[in-house]
Amino acid sequence: MAQKAVEERERVVIRFAGDSGDGMQLTGDRFTNATAMIGNDLATLPDFPAEIRAPAGTLHGVSAFQIHFASADILTPGDQPNVLVAMNPAALKVNLDDVAKGGIVIANEDGFTDRNLEKAGYESNPLEDGSLDEFHLYKVPMTTITVRALDGIGGVTKKEAERSKNFFALGLLSWMYGRPTEVTERWIERKFASKEAIRDANLAAFRAGYNFGETTEIFAVHYEVKPAPAEPGTYRNINGATATAYGLVAASARSGLPLFYASYPITPASELLHELSKHKNFDVRTFQAEDEIAAANMALGAAFAGHLGVTGTSGPGLDLKAETLGLAVALELPMVIVDVQRAGPSTGMPTKTEAADLLLAMYGRHGESPLPIVAAYTPSSCFDAALEAARIAVTYRTPVILLTDTFLANSSEPWRLPAVEDLPSIDPSFAERPNMGTEFLPYLRDENLARPWAVPGTEGLEHRIGGLEKEADSTGNISYDAQNHQWATDLRTAKVLKVADEIPPLEVDDPSGEAEMLILGWGSTYGAIRVAVNRVRDRGKHVARVHLYHMNPLPKDLGEILRRYRTVLVPEMNTGQLVKLVRAEYLVDAQVFSKVQGQPIFAEELEEEIIRRMA
Amino acid sequence: MTEGNGQRGNGQPTGVPVELSKKDFVSDQEPRWCPGCGDYAILSTVQGFLPELGVPTHKMVWVAGIGCSGRFAYYVDTYGVHGIHGRAPALATGIATARPDLTVWVVTGDGDGLSIGGNHLIHALRRNVDLKILLFNNQIYGLTKGQYSPTSEEGKVTKSTPFGSLDHPFNPVALAIGAEAAFVARTIDNDRQHFTEVLRAAANHTGAAFIEIYQNCNVFNDGAFAAVRDKQHGAQRNQIRLEHGKPIRFGEQGEKGVVQKSDGSLEIVDVEAAGEDALLVHDAHRENPALAFSLAQLAHQPTGPTPIGVFRDVRRPVYGEAMDQQLEMAAQKMGRGDLGKLLHAGDTWTVE
Repeated sequence: MAQKAVEERERVVIRFAGDSGDGMQLTGDRFTNATAMIGNDLATLPDFPAEIRAPAGTLHGVSAFQIHFASADILTPGDQPNVLVAMNPAALKVNLDDVAKGGIVIANEDGFTDRNLEKAGYESNPLEDGSLDEFHLYKVPMTTITVRALDGIGGVTKKEAERSKNFFALGLLSWMYGRPTEVTERWIERKFASKEAIRDANLAAFRAGYNFGETTEIFAVHYEVKPAPAEPGTYRNINGATATAYGLVAASARSGLPLFYASYPITPASELLHELSKHKNFDVRTFQAEDEIAAANMALGAAFAGHLGVTGTSGPGLDLKAETLGLAVALELPMVIVDVQRAGPSTGMPTKTEAADLLLAMYGRHGESPLPIVAAYTPSSCFDAALEAARIAVTYRTPVILLTDTFLANSSEPWRLPAVEDLPSIDPSFAERPNMGTEFLPYLRDENLARPWAVPGTEGLEHRIGGLEKEADSTGNISYDAQNHQWATDLRTAKVLKVADEIPPLEVDDPSGEAEMLILGWGSTYGAIRVAVNRVRDRGKHVARVHLYHMNPLPKDLGEILRRYRTVLVPEMNTGQLVKLVRAEYLVDAQVFSKVQGQPIFAEELEEEIIRRMA
Repeated sequence: MTEGNGQRGNGQPTGVPVELSKKDFVSDQEPRWCPGCGDYAILSTVQGFLPELGVPTHKMVWVAGIGCSGRFAYYVDTYGVHGIHGRAPALATGIATARPDLTVWVVTGDGDGLSIGGNHLIHALRRNVDLKILLFNNQIYGLTKGQYSPTSEEGKVTKSTPFGSLDHPFNPVALAIGAEAAFVARTIDNDRQHFTEVLRAAANHTGAAFIEIYQNCNVFNDGAFAAVRDKQHGAQRNQIRLEHGKPIRFGEQGEKGVVQKSDGSLEIVDVEAAGEDALLVHDAHRENPALAFSLAQLAHQPTGPTPIGVFRDVRRPVYGEAMDQQLEMAAQKMGRGDLGKLLHAGDTWTVE
């Protein structure tokens, strides 16, 4: 057999799509790991339905996983797949519009039965009727070949054999893009060690897929994507949920405060609870509370008791925690609240992304109850953002909201591992003795306007704190005095603003210095904005870019930066929440580029928007 | 700074004798309840009792919710938090679970603990978090000036129910037993001796303890508990004082008693007619909560013969302890957490 041709590609975007029971997330995950191991830069985006098992074969049961990998630095999971793997007609129908014209469609021919075609609403079989002529279509009877390949493996039923077809697809794509097989084989062996028959079936299916690519004449070429240049260091692949969890564990280790994480199950924040509950050997207490409000109160109680109190949730849960956050503002105790934002209002689209809780985080409490907000911007930045949120919380004795979103939580990228000793250390500096003669004043303030944190068990510092207005500079005793409330309110505001003293100057990306338009970003739009801005520059235009990490208080130099540009465009996965903030704060006529479709903003649409607005 | 978890504070002496007196538990804040409020008596009894625990004031935390009872946390000179409406059991769960070495008491009321915070109360009880929960039941919303509460009797005329309340009330003791609380008791604000005995029993119980206190609100609901609280209204006749291991009998001469019928339900009888041997012997340590529940149901409302004392006192695993054990086991099995190792776990690759 002649050696098949190898073509080099700089970047590839593959989307694996199938029924939610087809194992597409797993297939994507494994492909990602093999890709990471050979040193491609990568970004991933899972997209799955809210229903655990939607009726098989239907459009709303389609689950997909997209990976973008390249031999160059990449920043997003990619706008348009070049390759779509479709396990059934519904997967094809839901995803085909996104595929670049001329792209590759690999279809599991066996999935295109009359019944499945009908369920997906096809009147004729798209694999046969010429409707896919604009694509390179590969029809592969994956199920049949898988079942045949597994013939002779004892203890595997036909149904189980059919279920291994995702490993066949993984094997085939691994061949097409030269992914190392050992990584995947090792994983299968480890994962299914206790179920021999399933292990052997999956291994056989994976190898069958690989060999099918190599031996059949359907595929004439395969591709090579060389490793991307990267800074020296040790890397791993990480998604935002895991990075957030590790960041919290790191904050605990770097502060010496035991981590207490209380939360109530909610998509997509439950992943944090799952991850943290594995790490009890780090003195991590995880508590699945009876509801969102309880979770917030437990975290606050733990903070009072001297732990790093954290609660995590998504939008609907943040609504419920609001009153407790107000209490935390009044008590002035350190606490971190993670909000993994999702599409709303109400239950909305629980598995889809959005970033529309910024104003809720800023203002969603009664009275004047300001608190600092940090927003992660890439999956791995969730690690740093969690540490930063904890640092601010402990230093300033305040609740801090950490905003991430569904996209960040689920998508992954290579992460250059930091050295533990390089991570910021956090000093809880508990109060240990009276601070006013022989007296202890729980609201006497330090240079950061922070009050002492005296934890129960400390002799002589017994004190009572509560939600009632208090003498906010000394005793903490209840006070309904008119002037005191004015003063206490101003003080709480000033304390949060004080955080800005420590925020480093913003990095404005404006290489030519000739840009008249500034793209102001926050949160997970980071990658798309960078790519779009680079492409606009490639088209010979000047555009500047700056990205926010601290959302409250805003960096001190932001106003001056915004005023330097004639146009400020803010891409947001909401209808313009940061726009409202900067307009109110700086009297700048910022404009929004809004996208609320349950999907991240894509570089291409932003690029076109920037060009359109320049015209 | 945070103390280790070696020493438990379930209210029992910590081993180091600490000489404390009532004034050690009196804070510099002046109590501000209405003159004649039952809360004054409760505060005084509690402050008088606490020294005998031998727990130093810095190892004790009082947590309260919102309502007249909520102010309690400001008046006891220990660590204290006055939280938000209904959430004190959750806040206290965070404290007690993080720090099993602390002694944590919770103060709540019938509105705070049974209405807005009902969920937290039942979950703290079923988990058996090491909390001593005092529920001041005055059958009315006092701080908001007189609306009916979840323990107000049906037909109650208040500002929010001028035509009478339609709500069927909770029986707090029955609710706690229904949640399988391991320790459930009832006492009365003005009976210092009985109240102190119940507090002692609760403090000696390891795990969650729930005490309903009949508390008179002399402004908005005066006399709600007169039948069991006030001598002139026949309190001696109506108090059924439960004592573990003793036949349940009551009345000025002990002429009434409680028997269990063949269908399992309880009935009040004349001792003379039924015979002393027929009387039910109170067993607070019985695992099955059904009998304790039946006792609670003897008087759904405190208008006639009503049991007071310890209904139930059984041992169950304690939440905070169990969590500490899990952490210790994890550390033994997996080794103490090493952040560097955690970050490098799984598949990594190195770029030179």
